[in-house]
Amino acid sequence: MAGIIPAPIASLPWRIMMILSAMTFFGAMVLYSAANGNFEPWAAKHFIRFMISLVMALIMSRLPISFWKAITFPVYGIIIILLLIVEMMGFVGGGSQRWINLGFMTLQPSELMKPAVVLAVAYFYDRLPPTKINSFDAIWPALVIMGIPWIIVVAQPDLGTSIAILFGGLVVAFVAGLPLRLFIGGGAALAVLIPIGFFFGLKEYQRNRVLTFLDPESDPLGTGYHISQSKIAIGSGGLSGKGFLNGTQSHLDYLPEGHTDFVFSTMAEEWGLLGGLAVLFGFFLIMRWGLTVAMRSPTRFGQLVATGLTCTIFFYALVNLMMVMGLAPVVGIPLPFLSHGGSSMMTIMICIGIIMAIERQPRGRSGQLR
Amino acid sequence: MKKTRPVSAAQQGFTFTRRTMFVGGVQAAFGLILAGRMAYISVAENEKYKLQAESNRVNLTLIPPRRGWFIDRSGKPIATNRADFRVDIIPDRVVDKDATVATLSQLLSLNADDIERINRELQQSRGFQPVQVAAGLDYDSYSKVSVRLPELPGVSPRQGFSRYYPSGPAVGHLIGYVGIVSAEEYKENRDPLLITPGFKIGKDGLEKALEKNLQGKPGAKRVEVTARGKIVRELETRVDTPGKPVKLTIDIDLHNYAARRLGRESGSVVVMDCETGDLLTMASMPSFDPNSFSDGIGVSEYKWLRENDHVPLRNKTLRGLYPPGSTIKPMNILAFLEAGLDPNATVTCRGGMRVGNRIFHCWNRGGHGTVDMAKAVYQSCDIYFYHFAQQIGTDAIAKMSQRLGLGDKYPLEFSNQSYGTVPYPAWKEKKYGKKWTVADTVNASIGQGYVLSNPTQLAVMTARIASGRKIMPHLRYNEERKAAKSMGFSPEHLEYVHKAMNDVVNGPGTARRAQLPISGVQMAGKTGTAQVVSLDKSKSGLWKYKDHGLFVFFAPFDKPKYAGAVVIEHGGGSGAAYPIARDVMTYMFDRDKAMEKLLALESGWGGTPEQRMERELNIFRSAENAAKAAKNIAEQDGET
Repeated sequence: MAGIIPAPIASLPWRIMMILSAMTFFGAMVLYSAANGNFEPWAAKHFIRFMISLVMALIMSRLPISFWKAITFPVYGIIIILLLIVEMMGFVGGGSQRWINLGFMTLQPSELMKPAVVLAVAYFYDRLPPTKINSFDAIWPALVIMGIPWIIVVAQPDLGTSIAILFGGLVVAFVAGLPLRLFIGGGAALAVLIPIGFFFGLKEYQRNRVLTFLDPESDPLGTGYHISQSKIAIGSGGLSGKGFLNGTQSHLDYLPEGHTDFVFSTMAEEWGLLGGLAVLFGFFLIMRWGLTVAMRSPTRFGQLVATGLTCTIFFYALVNLMMVMGLAPVVGIPLPFLSHGGSSMMTIMICIGIIMAIERQPRGRSGQLR
Repeated sequence: MKKTRPVSAAQQGFTFTRRTMFVGGVQAAFGLILAGRMAYISVAENEKYKLQAESNRVNLTLIPPRRGWFIDRSGKPIATNRADFRVDIIPDRVVDKDATVATLSQLLSLNADDIERINRELQQSRGFQPVQVAAGLDYDSYSKVSVRLPELPGVSPRQGFSRYYPSGPAVGHLIGYVGIVSAEEYKENRDPLLITPGFKIGKDGLEKALEKNLQGKPGAKRVEVTARGKIVRELETRVDTPGKPVKLTIDIDLHNYAARRLGRESGSVVVMDCETGDLLTMASMPSFDPNSFSDGIGVSEYKWLRENDHVPLRNKTLRGLYPPGSTIKPMNILAFLEAGLDPNATVTCRGGMRVGNRIFHCWNRGGHGTVDMAKAVYQSCDIYFYHFAQQIGTDAIAKMSQRLGLGDKYPLEFSNQSYGTVPYPAWKEKKYGKKWTVADTVNASIGQGYVLSNPTQLAVMTARIASGRKIMPHLRYNEERKAAKSMGFSPEHLEYVHKAMNDVVNGPGTARRAQLPISGVQMAGKTGTAQVVSLDKSKSGLWKYKDHGLFVFFAPFDKPKYAGAVVIEHGGGSGAAYPIARDVMTYMFDRDKAMEKLLALESGWGGTPEQRMERELNIFRSAENAAKAAKNIAEQDGET
């Protein structure tokens, strides 16, 4: 094999590329069906975007870890500024705005913030001397790094993304070795704060989303409509689905957002439980790859970043799937590799690219692990 | 892990591996939860969600059943269904009412009257009730609306059937009309059929009375629809079961002729078969056009009907009450004969008679001279009846009235009957708490005073006299009807009364112009004039103070087959009534001859009833518009 295929190509991470391509290809098929059997407007674009961002990820994977370390805080700072600009534009324009129109594409800084926070927090714990891990000095800088973007994004208001940012940072802090009691105590505090936040912190429409999540049938034509129709789509698919291009919920427009946030329901209606299990298995393979890369990484920075980014992807998939199955309120979080949408695809592929870079890290210089 | 113990890099790496594996485990656990949840939804609850997806996808629309036809005794159609296209609005689903109505009125070129009605009904209707925009559309208009459907939510164009009455206004009172179910009716019976666009129920007349018979069973159409209600394709259709046709005893040609022959008068004609009781004609004019009622009548047309002094909204054959006047005289002499009065007994008529301290006049102020029983009928002498009614007693007349069916409510399919009064002393006592007087007897003897009956009763009375049988009127055609029982009159008495009635027309009587222009067929009858108000007012010449003209008849005289009554409101006297009876009976025996006469008359009246109605309605509308415009100008002037 190695003799026939040139070394640079053979050295590409083929396994993960195949997994991602298969997932995306399946996603494109679902989008093809969602457009009533047309490549336009979603399926073709979806796959092309993936190819471009895959090339981008492969280029990123060639960059050394030292480069990523070096740009971590400058990038973090730039995204904070972009977030503030977006916030200001929204303030001027009246109403919430989350993106900047660059002409050739729209840039959503809060999306970029997800990997950036992971990098920044990982950077911090990498630099923190092991002896200080149990001191207060190990806590507050991480909280500041997560807190600043979190506050800005919450103010946008974008609850889903703000939780994703927090989640990535907290996972890094957790695997970095912060005392367990902090997480147990924090969990207990959250249990108390969530009800308070629900009644005082959320906007009307956010509160409604949560309420309808708890009882979707209470408002079948309003906010509960999404959840009800999504469950109908998944439930009516049965074991093996209604068949490719035969979904009625999506084709007759009962399922809202069948090509973005609810793409899984579109898929499940036509492919059934088997299709759903295949998608879950795909994510399982990606997670396993990400965490394996993390555990094999010779540097602490690589370990933390790979775990954090893997969990960022996991968070996307988990929240989206819980939402479409009626286990979580409707928050606008797309499903990686299946949902149509440029911003989230870019974020995910940045995560993938950085994990690939960590995978390529020379193992010889390690000596720190095991 | 103790807080105080310093941590080494190796320990940290160990912690990292452990915690990362823990994170992986948590992820796997969530993955299993998701898989389980999905299996639960898609396998355990599959049936439930399949059903919900189906009920999303498939829209079941009811197809309103075609109503049963009304046909006449020979099978000719009286009420049918016409295939057409219609457009309705379901108010619940409309986004912008004004814009929708405006677009529709432009597409279908609706007139102001229609738009006013649609807006009124949109305001009144509960949201789920369809409001008819237009029916009877051609395919072009239908497709014009269909094409624009995506921008007209709540508008429902449909192919369906609408009720059609070929005879138009002639059968308005008899058959009634159909209309959209009202909110109250839907509250009683929440059948979804009731609010299906295009479904109508009987609102008046026979349409209402025979609703159960006529309704039929709805069909259903299953269509695949998108979330926005756009129909993707039809899945399957079950056709409707039309309602059963109802065969009436009416002879629709005769009925239409009678209605047209009434001309510009306000009156009614009832003709029945005096052997079977079949009602052949129940014409009441002027009337409304049930076709326009069934399509949802416009405001100005309804106003025009309501304000008309010829009461086109009242079925005069059953709800018009009139003093029968002299038409009860044949009945009276039958009562006198039964009471044993010698037909040759005479009175002398000098044109008046003192009863108590009042003078009662004969209609002929000059007097009839010596009057026997027969002359009392054919010359209609009042004095004879004043005299013998006092002698024999008013009870004999009242009893005979009741035997002959006056004051009766017949078991006809009309809930709304005014059945009038047969007065007698105990009745007056009960109703007014006053004693019966001699004057009451005298008034009742010539069908005035308290006596009131409707034209159908007069026809039944005449039919019973003509046949001597207890004829009951009926409208449903039934092959196996029993022969009516004999009334128990003596044949000699009946023959005497028949002869006297024949003399009214064919002898030295009051209605010789009523002779039928048909050789070998003689019509017998009796004229009547009913005073509406006191004499001096009736001389004022105002239409509403004029006397009613009445005529009862049967034919042929020697072998009675048909009997009937004609009542002309404010006709001025029986002269307005018997020519109509004559022509209607002529039509019975010689249609061409009768039609010739009618067409000549109609050219003088300005056409058929439909043509006249249309013209009058247009005049009314333009007058209304002019009044409105004048008012607007006055208001504007007031403002400036």
